[in-house]
This record gives sequence, structure tokens and C-alpha cells, in this order.
Amino acid sequence: MNLDIAALKTIKRPDLLQMYYYLRLTRTLEDRITALYRQGRIVGGVYTSNGMEAISVAYASVLERDDIIAPFHRDMGAFLVRGITPGEVIAQYLGKRGGPTKGKDGNVHIGDLKRGIIGFVSHLADNLPVATGVALAFRLRGESRVVVTNTGDGGTSRGDFHEAMNFAAVRKLPVVFFCNNNQYAYSTPLSLQMAVRDVVDRARAYGMPGEIVDGNDLAAVYLSAQGAVHRARAGEGPTFIECKTMRMHGHSEHDSAKYVPRKLLEEWKQKDPIPKAERLLQELGYADEAHFREVEDRVKKEVEAGVEFAEKSPLPEGPETLEGVFATEDEVTR
Amino acid sequence: MTTAVHETKAGQEVTYLEAISQALDEEMTRDERVFLMGEDIGPYGGAFRITEGFQKKYGEWRVLDTPLAESGFVGAAIGAAMMGMRPVVEMQFADFISCAFDQITEVAAKNHYRWGAAVPLVIRAPFGGGVHGGPFHSECPEGWFFHSPGLKLVAPSTPYDAKGLLKAAIRDPNPVIYFEHKFLYRRLKAVLPVEDYIVPIGKADVKRPGTDISVITYGAMVHLALEAAAVMAKEGIEMEVLDLRTLIPLDREMIFESVRKTSKAIILHEDNKTGGIGAEISALLAEDCFDSLDGPVIRIAAPDTPVPFSTPLEEFFLPKTSDIVAAARKLAAY
Repeated sequence: MNLDIAALKTIKRPDLLQMYYYLRLTRTLEDRITALYRQGRIVGGVYTSNGMEAISVAYASVLERDDIIAPFHRDMGAFLVRGITPGEVIAQYLGKRGGPTKGKDGNVHIGDLKRGIIGFVSHLADNLPVATGVALAFRLRGESRVVVTNTGDGGTSRGDFHEAMNFAAVRKLPVVFFCNNNQYAYSTPLSLQMAVRDVVDRARAYGMPGEIVDGNDLAAVYLSAQGAVHRARAGEGPTFIECKTMRMHGHSEHDSAKYVPRKLLEEWKQKDPIPKAERLLQELGYADEAHFREVEDRVKKEVEAGVEFAEKSPLPEGPETLEGVFATEDEVTR
Repeated sequence: MTTAVHETKAGQEVTYLEAISQALDEEMTRDERVFLMGEDIGPYGGAFRITEGFQKKYGEWRVLDTPLAESGFVGAAIGAAMMGMRPVVEMQFADFISCAFDQITEVAAKNHYRWGAAVPLVIRAPFGGGVHGGPFHSECPEGWFFHSPGLKLVAPSTPYDAKGLLKAAIRDPNPVIYFEHKFLYRRLKAVLPVEDYIVPIGKADVKRPGTDISVITYGAMVHLALEAAAVMAKEGIEMEVLDLRTLIPLDREMIFESVRKTSKAIILHEDNKTGGIGAEISALLAEDCFDSLDGPVIRIAAPDTPVPFSTPLEEFFLPKTSDIVAAARKLAAY
């Protein structure tokens, strides 16, 4: 997709620069986590958004503070934009108390209502009905808040995807459904996942506007998200946005993904969202090579500080297992 | 057909069904966060007419008719609950709760434990047999959820408990499945207090005190146990009928107290025998009351089959007063 310059100019320079920073931070953080995994310092799975960072950075950047996200496991950028720190993420991966779930859950299962994040459930598409309920609460109270949710191409095969899309459309709820179409659900290619060519075809069945966007184009995803969020906030109902992208790593870091043709990966390597964003910033005259190196240095330092924070953070004690099965009244959202 | 909401009037007898309706009405008036979701609950008033007149009184959004999609609307209720609402979801029949199993066990039950988000949600589940419902309109699905930490389960046996437990469930900061017995809907009547009251979750109730044998039960079976106790009293055997009222968290203290007093225990439920709640109570008695027992712990439950349709088959399937009397005579001989 080629965006016209007038549309691009509507994105404010500081916003674009900030998104570029989060793109870089996401990539560097996840690369560092992958390195820690290879050193055997992380137990459990490592699920990265490598090559897909633009999607969650962009949609999260459109939102207001009071809005909510209900992400899936390739949305690290959104966590960071919402204020989760690299240290918290690494502590989460290490099962430390300093992680947002204090060791109760791992890796990308980060949830924190204070920062507007609904925790991810591994059963893909589970968070989509939940997101419609978040939107329903906004509608019931007449609030102009919005919720954005995301799932993969595989997640769109589940009943919960369809039940959520349908309910949101029937009640015109303020929710935006993203689909990170990265072409593989674990090892299952799109051709074995669905008989339609574009996931967006599934949206039309529910009477919901849908669009396709280049998921590796930060500005394109941002503008698309902005339109959908605006519509939702204005009471015009939900939108479905299919982001075409490619999962550049395995499903998890233990997965060598030999089932993905090398040629396909090489093709998509050329479309990496980071150099793409850099070219855009240069074309618009918003930043130069020196700025990019500056950002690179800055995020490296932040990630290293995060590693240090996480390593210093204590592990939970065994008996903490028994805490927190039930909530108390003071924990209910007001 | 009446279209008014069942209101509490001093000295007036109300059915078990009307008690449920009153609890919903009073909680919706008391707390504007409380709202209802389900299939056909609006203008139609619900399959059992529990919400008759509610939409007129509270509006289309607080008495929300949903598409036929249990997983979708339970998920939505979870999302709304996390945003500070107090949804009460109606399963048209408890049997259909299987469609929402994943949202209940993976999202609602685990949210607080995993990442600290309280889910103050009530799912009303009209359950049980004896109504010629057949395999899909008669089930007792409580056993499935008994094994899912993070949920509370209640099952009232009287109009008083039905009202008080529903109010307590709505005010609880956790997901509560409220099993209301369809057989009792219009068969029981009682005069209820005019003033606001709750029946605390987690407290069993002695429905008939006795010294010789404890019958531990819940739901519609409480009434069979009372009938059996009346028969046995004529034979000089005083049976104590302990109504659990809450299945999770189980009132272990009262169970142990009763069995330590009587030294003999019958556990009675309408759910299938294998892996039912009786199995757990039996194990608890073996672990904690072994020294007090003067006879074997006896379980009376439905056989391990689906609930059959035809009258003689369903009569065979359901536990009977004569089963309890026979078990009591056997135990009395020890």
C-alpha cells in the first residue's frame, strides 16, 4: 500500500518518532530475551513479535490513556507503549516477583488493568468476547472509551472469534478487532486454516467494515487504527483490520520453523518494519541516521537495565502458590 | 400473563422462582452496575419467565438479549465485570453452559489468580431433572466446575436461600455459578423477609437436626432427604439433613461437625455418581473424620448415564426417597 504524503503528514512528528522508538525497543528487548533463552536462563516458551512489531506499536499508539487493549502473544509493542517496562517483561519471563503477574504466569501473559491491559489467554480468540464486554461496559455507562483486541490468523478459526465479531456488530460496540495475519498458526499455513484468501472476508459476514493493511508499515497501521478507533469512539461500531505480515521466527524460540519456505522469509526480510519506518522518517525529513543510532543506543541501555532489574528481582516463595485464587471486594474495578 | 416484576410484599408467599426474580430486581435497584444478559430474557422474559417485566423497568441495555452464543456472551460478561460492572448471565438451561466452558474455566476462573483482575460475575444455571427435559435440558453440570479453582458454586434448595444466595452472589467479587433447580421453581412457596438479607456464600445449613445419621446434600435432593428423615423418625432414627447450599467453597466445618456428632454419613446428589461432589465429601470424611465413623460412607447419586427422557427411565435415573430410607436402615444397623 502506498500512502499519500498528505495522509502521512497528518501523523505528528513526535508521534512518529515515539513509535519508531517503541519499534526499536520491542525488537531489542525480544532479541535480548531470545538470547537469554538460548543461554538457558529462561524457563518456558519465548514468543516474539519479530518482524511484526509495527502492528501492536501502532494500534497502541492511537489509544488514549483510558482505553483498553486485549492483546494476544505477538503484541509486545503494545505492552511497552502502555507502560510495561523492559525490566518487568524480563522479570515476567524469569518468573520473578518483579513481573506483572509476580510469577503466577509467564512470558507474554501480561495483564494490568491500571495500565489498561487485559491479560492474554493462550486459548486464542478467548480475549475477543472479553473485549466486546469491555466495550459493552463503556456503552452501558455512556463512556467514550474504546477497546482494541488482536488475534492471529489461526485465532480467527475459533468460535469465540465469530461470536465476538457478531455480538459487537449487532450491538455496534466500540471495539476494534485486529488480525495479525502472519501466515502460520504454529506450523499450519493459511491454506489449511481457511478457504478464503483474505481473513477480512470473514468480517463481511457480520456486517462489519473490514480493511486490509500492510502490517509491516508502521504509518499505514497507525492510520488504519486511527480511523477505526475514531469510528468506534463516535458510536459507529466495530471495525476489523487484517494486517498482512510474516512471522519471522518460529512459533516459539524452540521451534526452528523448518516448515516455512526460506524463500518466503527472504522476501519478507526485505519488508522489515524497522528499515521501512526509517526510510519514511527520512523521506518526511523527521529524522536522520544519527537519530536512529541514538535510539538504538538508548534502547540497548534500557534493555540492559531491564535485565539487571529482573535479575535482582526475587523469585516468589513456594507457598505464594496458594495466594490469590479469589479476589476481595477492594480489588474490584471502580 | 403478568408483565410486572415480582415485587416483595409483606406476608405474601413467593415461589422459589419468584424469589430469584425478586433478588435480581432488588439488586438492580440497589446497584446500577448490576445488569442482565442472556437469550430471550428481554421482552419474552426468559424461558422460565424469571425476568418478566424487567426490560420494561430497566431498559434494553440493562436487560440485554444476546445472540445464541454462550461462549460469546459469557466472555462479554467477563469483560464488563473487569470494567466494574456486575453482570448476571442467564443460561437458558444449565446444560448449555458447556458451550461457555472455556470462558468460565480459563478466563473467569483464572484471571484473578494469574494477573489480579477481579471478575464479579454471576452465571445463573437452571439445572436438574424431573421435568421431562431429556439429555440436554436436565443436566447437573456442577461437577465440571467443582474442579476449577477460582469459581464459587452455590445451589439453593428453598425460596429463602434462593433469594439470599443470589444477592450474595451478585455482591461477591468473584465469578459465581448459581445453580437454580428447575424442579423447585413453582413447587415451593415461602414468606420471605421484607427487609434486605443475604445468605452468606460458604455456609451450609442444617435443614433438620438429628443425632443418628447425617445426610449431606444440596439442591432439590434436600427435599427428598427431608422426606426420608420423616420416615426414619417414625422408626426412631433421627437423621440430620445438612444442606450444603454452597459447593465451593465447601463448608467443611459444618460437614465435619455433623458427622462427628452422628458418626454416620449419607451423601446424596442428583449428579452422576462417579467424580461427583459426593466423591470429594466422602474422601474428606475418610481423611478428617475417620475416627468418628461407625459405618461406611454411603453415596446416593444418579447412575453414570446421561439423563434419559422417557418417564420410567428418568424415574429410574433420579435418586428416590426409598433409596435414602434403605441406605439409612442399613447404616442404622451398624
